Amino acid sequence: MSDHESTYVPKTGIEKWLDSRLPIVRFGADYMSLPTPKNLNYWWTFGGILALCLVVQIATGIILAMHYVPNTELAFASVERIMRDVNGGDIIRYTHANGASMFFIAVYLHMLRGLYYGSYKAPREMIWIVGCVIFFLMIATAFLGYVLPWGQMSFWGAEVITNLIGAIPLVGEPILIWLRGGPAIDNATLNRFFSLHYLLPFVIAGCVVLHLWALHHAGQNNPVGILIPKDRTAKDTVPFHPYFTVKDGFAIVLFLILFAIFVFFMPNALGHADNYIPANPLQTPAHIVPEWYMLPFYAILRAIPDKFLGVVAMFSAIGVLFILPWLDTSKVRSMRYRPAMRTFFVIFVLVGIGLGWCGAQLPDSPVVPGMPSFQLADGMLNSYLWLNRLLTFYYFLFFIVLMPLVGLRETPRPIPATISEPVLPGGGDAMTSAAPASPEKKG
Amino acid sequence: MNGAPQGDAANRSGDESVAADQGDPNNKDPNRRDFIHIAAGAAAVGAGAMAAWPLVNSMNPAADTLALSTIEFDLTKVQQGQQVVIKWQGKPVFVRYRTPAEIERARADDHAGLKDPATDADRVKPGHQQYLVVLGSCTHLGCVPTFGAGDFGGWFCPCHGSHYDTSGRIRKGPAPKNLVVPTYDYVSDTRVKIG
Ligand code: HEM
Ligand code: FES
Repeated sequence: MSDHESTYVPKTGIEKWLDSRLPIVRFGADYMSLPTPKNLNYWWTFGGILALCLVVQIATGIILAMHYVPNTELAFASVERIMRDVNGGDIIRYTHANGASMFFIAVYLHMLRGLYYGSYKAPREMIWIVGCVIFFLMIATAFLGYVLPWGQMSFWGAEVITNLIGAIPLVGEPILIWLRGGPAIDNATLNRFFSLHYLLPFVIAGCVVLHLWALHHAGQNNPVGILIPKDRTAKDTVPFHPYFTVKDGFAIVLFLILFAIFVFFMPNALGHADNYIPANPLQTPAHIVPEWYMLPFYAILRAIPDKFLGVVAMFSAIGVLFILPWLDTSKVRSMRYRPAMRTFFVIFVLVGIGLGWCGAQLPDSPVVPGMPSFQLADGMLNSYLWLNRLLTFYYFLFFIVLMPLVGLRETPRPIPATISEPVLPGGGDAMTSAAPASPEKKG
Repeated sequence: MNGAPQGDAANRSGDESVAADQGDPNNKDPNRRDFIHIAAGAAAVGAGAMAAWPLVNSMNPAADTLALSTIEFDLTKVQQGQQVVIKWQGKPVFVRYRTPAEIERARADDHAGLKDPATDADRVKPGHQQYLVVLGSCTHLGCVPTFGAGDFGGWFCPCHGSHYDTSGRIRKGPAPKNLVVPTYDYVSDTRVKIG
């Protein structure tokens, strides 16, 4: 797919003139005619959805920035003014705030897709790694954005998360002061967080270009997970347009319906009520929780009793994704043909959801209320603390132990020779000869 | 610059005439042209770092932020058994007028296998042991602990469950250190200067 021949023919004089100077129309046309595996399912539509999410965040963000004031005295009031007085400001802000959640729903499904179908394996390691960089930048951007409205959760979220850096031995404290621009979270912090919140989405956009470049160089994966041989390109691929523009478009419409339900009918369902209380540096809310999309990582942080090691574990949970291509020893990409690994994958998804659940609970509260329990080391066995530790253990076990081990020991199911074989008798070759026999054909 | 065997000692030895170096495309050792590349590259990196430093340094606390670093507090504002929270450098400071029972309890635990060992006497000024002055910022991740909760009669941090005793020492939970005693002095019997 990398060496896909250009089929663009400039027709009008102006197109010809442009094509020999800046072949931008050719670039777009080539993109639209890219040969795409014909068996891509709906899990492949999240890439397009993610591109849309980034555009929505940047567009609404730039408008918000026209009304928002990054000053500790004025920030909260300026956001309330956006909500009450700016024309359509409430919808713009709700779109931006819920847009972040939608972005993360899409990115998690997109990543799980990659995990399941082995899209991180050779020759696609760089696509995966750039994707991990984008994911990390998204977390950073969303964290910085959440600080801007300067509510109680904004302030205390910023306090707790920046303090994580203070946990680094020796250099932690100076870095922390440098990062905050003072001894505590204050105006200097809010100002720079705004500046960086504006910047990072454009860095993400740059990474998206690299992500797509790598994608089109290595070629798309597909649910069967095999590389499409050169001589099968004609049979096993279809042009991106109109086949996948339509499929992606349909998925985008469904996604926008979900998005609209949140924005118009339950705009605060995913947020925390305490963030409508102005920030107070002298009082911590009774129960601080990050936004839902950070909860699994927050849970991993809290699973470890040591402050610094907790931080290390949390960053490793993301870091381990970067080396995944070298942890997995299987020669087979798609888990469709790896029954053992598929079971571990399903458990992994449940563990991820479980970690998110634990991240929102108080560590000391019992998992099953009323069940008799006993003290194990530093907590009751029947508490979120220990459930959290169990799930954290599996999270790392999955990547560090199961990925290398299962690949070496399992017996995968037979892999089809072509992507057509599992669905079409004769592997798609018989298509033309079979056509006259189909009754629905009228001639 | 490829193909030459790497272990070739003759190629390495210094005086092998510079002119010969430049003429031989198979020579792996740095020649004068490589030297210019490396030197120019190093100079560019150095210049880049020097240009970046003021930008990075500008993010450190500004002069006016650092200037706000001392405050005075009148201790007659606190009643026995109560605490006042004041804001110093953007952070809360607890000034607690302790009851004799609290002091007694703190002293009793002076050698009770503490995570961050310190005696109660170390944490107050001599002759003023009733007043405990500590930063109201949990040494775990910075939340503000509340007084009167927790297992040790002192503070409890709701964020991740750290328990502090009546001397502000960490007794249970993820926090690694005792509540920090800031630098402060008695300017008179009833006034302290913090910072
Ligand atoms: C990757 C893309 C982005 C993500 C994930 C993101 C996320 C967020 C989040 C979670 C908030 C807090 C919303 C709330 O609870 O009120 C926020 C606020 C904000 N963002 Fe973004 N953002 C993105 C891009 C941008 C861009 C490009 C700009 C500006 C050019 C921007 C400007 C703002 C402003 C001014 C606020 C404060 C107003 C408010 O709280 O609604 N954002 N962002
Ligand atoms: S911040 Fe106090 S226990 Fe974590």
